[in-house]
Amino acid sequence: MPETTHANGLFLCPAPLNAGERIVIGHGSGGRLSANLLRDLFLPLFSNPVLDRLDDQAVVELGGVRLAFTTDSFVVKPLFFPGGDIGSLAVHGTINDLAMGGAMPAYLSAAFIVEEGFPIETLREIAASMGSAAAAAGVAIVTGDTKVVERGKGDGVFINTTGIGLVPEDINLSANQAQAGDAVILSGTIGDHGMAIMSTRAGLEFETTIVSDSAPLHRLVADILKASRGIRCFRDPTRGGLSAALNEIAGQSRVSIEVEEKRIPIRQQVRAVCELLGLDPLYVANEGKLVAVVAPECAEDVRAAMRRNPLGRNANIIGTVGDDVAGLVTVRTTFGSSRIVDLLPGEQLPRIC
Amino acid sequence: MRYSEEYRDPQIAHALADRIARDTTKRWVLMEVCGGQTHTLMRYGIGDLLPDSIELVHGPGCPVCVTPFELIDQAIDIGGRTGVIFASYGDMLRVPGSRADLLNVRACGGDVRVVYSPLDALGIARENPERQVVFFAVGFETTAPANAMAVWQAQREGIANFSLLVSHVLVPPAMRLILSSPANRVQGFIGPGHVCAIMGLGEYRALAEEFHVPIVIGGFEPLDLLEAISMLVAQLEEGRAEVENQYSRSVEGEGNLVAQKVMREVFTVSDRKWRGIGEIRESGLALRKEYSAHDAERLFNLVPLQMEEPRECISALVLQGLKKPGECSAFGKRCTPLNPLGAPMVSTEGACAAWYQYKRHA
Repeated sequence: MPETTHANGLFLCPAPLNAGERIVIGHGSGGRLSANLLRDLFLPLFSNPVLDRLDDQAVVELGGVRLAFTTDSFVVKPLFFPGGDIGSLAVHGTINDLAMGGAMPAYLSAAFIVEEGFPIETLREIAASMGSAAAAAGVAIVTGDTKVVERGKGDGVFINTTGIGLVPEDINLSANQAQAGDAVILSGTIGDHGMAIMSTRAGLEFETTIVSDSAPLHRLVADILKASRGIRCFRDPTRGGLSAALNEIAGQSRVSIEVEEKRIPIRQQVRAVCELLGLDPLYVANEGKLVAVVAPECAEDVRAAMRRNPLGRNANIIGTVGDDVAGLVTVRTTFGSSRIVDLLPGEQLPRIC
Repeated sequence: MRYSEEYRDPQIAHALADRIARDTTKRWVLMEVCGGQTHTLMRYGIGDLLPDSIELVHGPGCPVCVTPFELIDQAIDIGGRTGVIFASYGDMLRVPGSRADLLNVRACGGDVRVVYSPLDALGIARENPERQVVFFAVGFETTAPANAMAVWQAQREGIANFSLLVSHVLVPPAMRLILSSPANRVQGFIGPGHVCAIMGLGEYRALAEEFHVPIVIGGFEPLDLLEAISMLVAQLEEGRAEVENQYSRSVEGEGNLVAQKVMREVFTVSDRKWRGIGEIRESGLALRKEYSAHDAERLFNLVPLQMEEPRECISALVLQGLKKPGECSAFGKRCTPLNPLGAPMVSTEGACAAWYQYKRHA
């Protein structure tokens, strides 16, 4: 691009525009750009043994007690969507990050960044939804903060929640514990949350009945842990979808994972909308699903335990852990051939044709 | 899912693959023209089902891949200006120009939006009369009618703040270029199903006759492609060189006459530069003089730029089927979807990206 301004004097972005020099949307997508930002920018500056495990939550010992500790920010648009809203999502998301470490969530914080001019009634609605989501999940919101930014400097409201919970003494889960031969179990259909959000956004001239799967998973986790001692790790496939969750586990455990396409449950409507928009459901976000990696002899027990809980009624054993190439995730297609499921570079972009 | 699962049945796929293996007695090199077809071949691992004597090479039919550097730079230039809303299909946003992509423009404050149709962009123009709304009109004959329609409507309604940055290319001139090359290895084509749904079969009959090459117009589902390959093999083994229509549920002989009419009304055939290949005579579309009020190139006084592609990139050879992505020295090392040297690594339809995504460790 020429470095001059135009003859007609119109503004031209003056900064050098090399990829990587500025934050782009893809840095927040949970794909390759997010992973690189973490690896190249944050980790070297913050490095310590707890953080370096890169789990969804930090498990720390404090005064002889093992605590799980996590934080998450929510910037979803639209604020209200079929199956939830930014408030319930902010509660569920943080509960789930704690639950993936086997913790029983206890307390949450809630911090709001609100844009000037935002209707108080809408804020009340969001807070009410948070309150009831927390009550239903058996956690308490015990501290919080509110900041207001000038109009145009935010997008309605952003919410951050932080959570702590107790980790039972004998529970030790981490994404670096998957071993060759382990089974990979998915708790239900994928793509519901992402496609529920996407089908409410402007520009799509069709209506669907897809509902977000946003739900707290700590009770499902407790059911699974009660049923089996052979759990290596849990991950909730949020941003970046099932693909990101599997790639993280494969990468951190230095194993390969192969899943079978026909065993991955996907709702018809989700599949159809994905197809129309040129998106792959493996990369679409979920907010009420988990992936469990378990010792092979426990797989059936875990699946059965999941299926007894309404949040896991479509659970399926979708694949196995291998030792082919460290970090490689493949999917066995319905045709019996195999393809790689990599992290996407950034956000998933709809294909032209 | 109805109307698509029927075309993904593994049992029928294996039966078709068996038929292809039975019918094939020689080595044949086939090219699928469309990026969408490449995507399906990779997605379902169809190459693995075929006998070794069938070689598939990926054609130039990915609109993202063949849009030249210069136009991406022009898009970036326009997208960064105040008062402009730049609308584009999603996967154009990550195509690198000489120094940046449209996602970077957005990061710098440019108003760059993803739309699913040019009519959405026209709607944005209607709602924002004080801003210039520019739609990036890329693609082959498939996307041209809708783009023509948007301009035609804008003209009729007097929406003066709507324009197209046109980068339309046509399939037959690219096939002609491939067939005319002394190095050409392609012996049969899976023709572009959606392009033919618009344009009909006439141009392809002329190519088949002139170059004595079989062309089977194919669909985009795995069974479509396997059937098209089977039909091509049958022609080649029998020494025929005809146009056959595998995708008859969408394609009729004359094409879509209404779509062709609005295309002709708004666009005229012009010379176009193809990324990685260079200028091909009469290989694209430009807005007619009557519609020049909606031509972004004219509105924004864009000067034609000359750019050099990275030397190491062999996308020209890949797009003509002369090399496979894996044969490039930069592939998977200096050229990845995160840092693409050439456009075929950008779109998931691009031959290099599809190869990277699905075959890298094979």
